[in-house]
Amino acid sequence: MAETVVSVDERAVGETHLRHHFATPAQQTDAATLGMWTFLITEVLFFGGMFAAYAVYRNMYLDAFASTSEYMNVVLGGTNTAVLICSSLTMVLAVRAAQLSNRRHTILFLILTMIFGTAFLVIKGFEYYSKWVEHLVPGPYFHYAIPQFQQHAQILFFLYFCMTGMHALHMIVGLGLLTFLLTQTYRRVFSATYFAPMEMIGLYWHFVDIVWIFLFPLLYLIGHRK
Amino acid sequence: MATIAHGTPEIAAEEVNYLNVEHGWKSWLFTTDHKRIAILYLISITLMFFVGGFMAVLFRINLLVPEGIFSAETYNRLFSMHGIIMVFFFLVPSIPATLANFLIPIMVGAKDLAFPRINLLSWYLYIIGAGITMYAVVRGGVDTGWTFYAPYSSTYSNSYVLGAIFGIFMAGFSSILTGLNFIVTVHKMRAPGMSWSRLPLFVWSNYATGLIQVLGTPVLAITMLLLAFERMAHVGIFDPNIGGDPILFQHLFWFYSHPAVYIMILPGMGVISEIVSCFSRKRVFGYNFVAFSSMAIAVLSFVVWGHHLFLTGESMYVSLAFSFLSMVVAVPSAIKVFNWTATMYKGSVSFDTPMLYAFGFIGLFTIGGLTGLHLASLATDVATHGTYFVVAHFHYVMVGGMVMAFMGGLHFWWPKMTGRMYPEAWGKFAALIVFIGFNLTFFPQFILGYLGMPRRYHAYPPEFQALNVLSSAGASILGIGYLIPMVYLLWSLKNGPKVGPNPWGAAGLEWQIQSPPTTFNFDETPIVTEEAYNYGPLEEVIG
Amino acid sequence: MSAKADVHVHIPKVRTLVLVWLALICLTGMTTGVSYVDLGWMNIVVALLIAVFKASLVAWIFMGVRHTTSLTKLFVVAGLVWLGIMILITCSDYSTRNWTYQAQPWATNPAAGTSR
Repeated sequence: MAETVVSVDERAVGETHLRHHFATPAQQTDAATLGMWTFLITEVLFFGGMFAAYAVYRNMYLDAFASTSEYMNVVLGGTNTAVLICSSLTMVLAVRAAQLSNRRHTILFLILTMIFGTAFLVIKGFEYYSKWVEHLVPGPYFHYAIPQFQQHAQILFFLYFCMTGMHALHMIVGLGLLTFLLTQTYRRVFSATYFAPMEMIGLYWHFVDIVWIFLFPLLYLIGHRK
Repeated sequence: MATIAHGTPEIAAEEVNYLNVEHGWKSWLFTTDHKRIAILYLISITLMFFVGGFMAVLFRINLLVPEGIFSAETYNRLFSMHGIIMVFFFLVPSIPATLANFLIPIMVGAKDLAFPRINLLSWYLYIIGAGITMYAVVRGGVDTGWTFYAPYSSTYSNSYVLGAIFGIFMAGFSSILTGLNFIVTVHKMRAPGMSWSRLPLFVWSNYATGLIQVLGTPVLAITMLLLAFERMAHVGIFDPNIGGDPILFQHLFWFYSHPAVYIMILPGMGVISEIVSCFSRKRVFGYNFVAFSSMAIAVLSFVVWGHHLFLTGESMYVSLAFSFLSMVVAVPSAIKVFNWTATMYKGSVSFDTPMLYAFGFIGLFTIGGLTGLHLASLATDVATHGTYFVVAHFHYVMVGGMVMAFMGGLHFWWPKMTGRMYPEAWGKFAALIVFIGFNLTFFPQFILGYLGMPRRYHAYPPEFQALNVLSSAGASILGIGYLIPMVYLLWSLKNGPKVGPNPWGAAGLEWQIQSPPTTFNFDETPIVTEEAYNYGPLEEVIG
Repeated sequence: MSAKADVHVHIPKVRTLVLVWLALICLTGMTTGVSYVDLGWMNIVVALLIAVFKASLVAWIFMGVRHTTSLTKLFVVAGLVWLGIMILITCSDYSTRNWTYQAQPWATNPAAGTSR
């Protein structure tokens, strides 16, 4: 059998990062990519159940739903959308930096992404608190200013908390994953020949951003505003 | 056959294999070897099967007398937990997590699944889910039925709904991860020369199953969570008090749970393809049709869920569409039955235990499937919805179909997994007992349902007693039929004759390697040059 | 047997990424702005179209779908199709529940005594 000439980098990858059941690093990366996309599809269907419930009830109770937009804080919601979009940019720049073996930039952009992500959660926290204070949390303390929509508006707010809450949970998990990436980058694990975890977690992060891209208009901008 | 150098036919006394390569509980609980994980799953689901079966024994005892023996509440809890355990903790994981976990990497020519650690994680999630559900049982179980219809489950039930929901949630994620693993493995880990059209049909079936698991189970997850939130918050989107629609729960629930029944049956169909071809010594007739049918079932299974909602006030037009599509989804299953039968035609058929189970499957699944058409048709469903007709229908496909396929597959691959052969006479005897017991249990239920006996009731009008007694008698025979293999299979682990790589003379990569296999399955990567099921002329028997 | 050992890595240009970011921010502003205009039932259509476009930008450029294999693209499409199946069919139940079928009388009515 002919000797295959291997570059130093590839041998390094082969020894340290190639798992035993894969034949080549390419196969491993391909499998990881397909696996992550398959997982994201499960997440599409997972959030999708709530979007289906939303679609049904919005069609049923359009007036009640539209009336709730007055009580949504578009400034905070819009800011959060912008914050997530910025975090997506910094995330893809972080992956790019890893691809270029630029450890400093990778760390910089990862930290920026985490800052944006945390900012999102803090703003969300303010929003939730203000909803609680305004008696808009479904349950015994719910009180809606428009009496004839008291019942149906509760459905919208229940969906609001479920959907944004589930989204926030995914953000928190994402922050944990980013912390993992940060420590791995610090330990010089990633380089131009091995950055698969960066890519995969990047995919996850962008997906969570996409969910919010749909949540914002559907929850905050239902009725046209004055 | 694959061009791997054969070992000598004699069995070395102390061959290293995946079972004896390491010892100790840590080597099992922290393993990433798909074969060991398959064994861990096998033990777990067998335990759950007997727990669920025990509940069935109890409520069949209750049904011996028209006025019932237990209270209505107790009866409701028994059948609900029976359903939950059997569906989520036995049928859904059964073949995928055990036989497919063991065989798919070998059948595609790989050393392991694509994600071995996720494989182990899926087992741990299953165990956690089973643990939570068993705790729910100890706390009295749930009485909502395995279907958890709102608003009873969300508002009015006094049983331990939250516990059961979280247990099922965990099992659901276990299932998703298994499916994800299979999909990526089949796409990315096939050995050189193993094209899609050379894959064994068992792989096609489990791949299709994986697709359903990945696309459907997340919807179950979110539906269960929404139910849990509603139960905890005492308000929610299924609550009519605020304008919620309980039927929406049914839509979301059945969007998963109908495809789920195909998760449960497709792997069984894959097993039957393997068994029928081996014991007819003939390649599967119409390979392309059978492979395509698996994919068609996977796709079509997602557009028929409304047939569970025919009597809920679902739109007539949507019901018509669902009814039509439910008829269509039967076609690929029928195609498979035709192809298995055609495989046997002019084959050299032998009646070893796996083949007996396969025969049972083909006949009983056909009956179950045909009665499904009766339920898919709107007018007849009005009469039989919610009766024992439905109960008999799904037990024919699930128990007469899937469990028989599981038993057949277990016997077929037992020598491969353990290196030992089970006692054939006992195998045949148990198969016969199972067949008799099964039909005695469930055939009377078709009649009962047709006569109008409703399901999920602890008591019934006295004129139904004779059939119920028959059914309960059958259940006890069926139970014995399942216990017998437990005994002789375990016995064979120490006392069964040791076997070589290919005791059945079957075609397939798994029969080219030693029994039991080594940890990494193959000494060298196999190179596949021939079609699947390459059985030679009938005179040539491979030893 | 030698296998392809190199991974094709597509390194995006910073300019592209920043342009996409800018587009996303503008589209967010646009969707918020449009919500102040009363377009009736078109409001939701416009909002969803903008959201779909934004999501497509993120998926195509940021997530790198443009460089992935056909298989991955198929998986993405399949996931969206399945989501569509769930939402559309469920909604069609609700929207067609109240459709009534008005039976028309036969042209020759047997009860009126005319033969058929």
